[in-house]
Amino acid sequence: MILTVVALALIVVMAMAIARAFLGPTIYDRILAVNLFGTKTVLLIAVVSYIAGRPDFLDVALIYALINFISVIAVLRFFEYGSSKVNDKVGKDA
Amino acid sequence: MVRARDLFATVMLSGIYGLLSASFFILMDAADVAFTEAAVGAGIFPLLMLTVLTSVGRYEAERRRVRYLPLFVMVVLAGALFAAVLQMPPFGAVDAPSHGHVAQRYIQDSPAEIGIPNMVTSVLASYRGFDTLGEVVVIFTAAVGVVVILLGGRPKTPQQSTQALMAEHKVLRVVGKMLIPLILLFGLYVQFHGEYGPGGGFQAGVIFAVGIILYAMLFGLSNAQRVVPLGVLRWLVALGVLIYGSVGLANLVVGGEYLNYSMLASDPVTGQHIGIILIELGVGITVASAMVLIFFAFTRATRSRDELEE
Amino acid sequence: MPELITLLSSLCLLLGAFLIFSGGLGVLRFPDFFTRMHAAGVTETMAVTLIVLGLMLHSGWGLPLFKLLLILLFVMITGPTASHALAKSALHGGLRPLGDDSNNERH
Repeated sequence: MILTVVALALIVVMAMAIARAFLGPTIYDRILAVNLFGTKTVLLIAVVSYIAGRPDFLDVALIYALINFISVIAVLRFFEYGSSKVNDKVGKDA
Repeated sequence: MVRARDLFATVMLSGIYGLLSASFFILMDAADVAFTEAAVGAGIFPLLMLTVLTSVGRYEAERRRVRYLPLFVMVVLAGALFAAVLQMPPFGAVDAPSHGHVAQRYIQDSPAEIGIPNMVTSVLASYRGFDTLGEVVVIFTAAVGVVVILLGGRPKTPQQSTQALMAEHKVLRVVGKMLIPLILLFGLYVQFHGEYGPGGGFQAGVIFAVGIILYAMLFGLSNAQRVVPLGVLRWLVALGVLIYGSVGLANLVVGGEYLNYSMLASDPVTGQHIGIILIELGVGITVASAMVLIFFAFTRATRSRDELEE
Repeated sequence: MPELITLLSSLCLLLGAFLIFSGGLGVLRFPDFFTRMHAAGVTETMAVTLIVLGLMLHSGWGLPLFKLLLILLFVMITGPTASHALAKSALHGGLRPLGDDSNNERH
């Protein structure tokens, strides 16, 4: 029962994160939204694994936690590596 | 997503799409598929795409006008697919066509014939071993293609510029140092736990590769190449496929059929276990080294082009 | 005793859900990037801790407990790190917080 409430809250927040990812306006907002979405997915999978009574789903949650962190780093590296040709348009991003 | 001119935003949104579809798979109780989607769709795919973007630039070259014919074809196709989805039997229906043919036999006989708890692994690695061999060869071919196009010829010695890419990110590097061993350990767990829970060679390979790619991103390409040299990676990509294929040949030698592991030991079930562990190992090695190789190749190509421009 | 544990677990889960919701609202409604970052980053760590703690109390001894602990540790380490790196990167990329007067000078 309470688990369902938590899962619903998570889904609502995930929808909010998607909205922020589409709205932008800067690229950092999108990164933030994707990061938020990822963390909420980890939690959602963990909660759903208890609702469904399938604890082996927790492995999937674990790998998400991992992937989420690495994507953020990859994105940041992408910016800093190509700083000369990429960064000048930050902020004017449509 | 369709209208985004900024390719970077497209990559971000496709990452979200990967997360979302994995949630669907979880809700449909398909843990193995969700695992793969997590590792590939949300993990390695955006990573490689970003690497590609570094070399091709972030924005689309010119503002193309809308082409109406492809748009029309897409809309019709999407409509047809939606209609088809509506016609599909409800989720979990007993008389759905996909449950009619071999699935029943797999479910009834695999505990006795193969005897491992995760039925998905027994289908993928044993009953459909030949399909999986094909998939591994596809990955192998992709890696070979990338190597031929981007690295061409013999591997150059890594450039002297040990310029640390994220030098000012001290926190990231410290945390990365803590996490990378854990990631590799988790990869091993997934590799050898595939018989009991969700996981297996493909996912483990991707996790392993992600750990090494993280190292390369935090400490620079040349340091990472000192850990895993390109030459070794090339051998490893081929070695995985070789292991897989030779397990099949070994079956022929001991008098069984190709990729039917029952004859590998005196007890057929033990033989199946040995065969599955070996081929999963082959899959893991090929996938991990192919992913790392592709990442290295793209990063190197970008860097050498930049140096030419300067 | 089991009742107490159930109560505690429910409390943790509900608090966590509330925090998550407030964080999501902040990310959607706040005026600029750094305030949104603040909303997400601050609530996230606490919310994840609370929810995973609630699940741990819910699950009892076993392998799942250990995996939950791993998830908790992982998110507690990576979450703040990612937030830190993102904020730093945004600052370097030329984004300035609201109310910062040195808006035009880049260093």
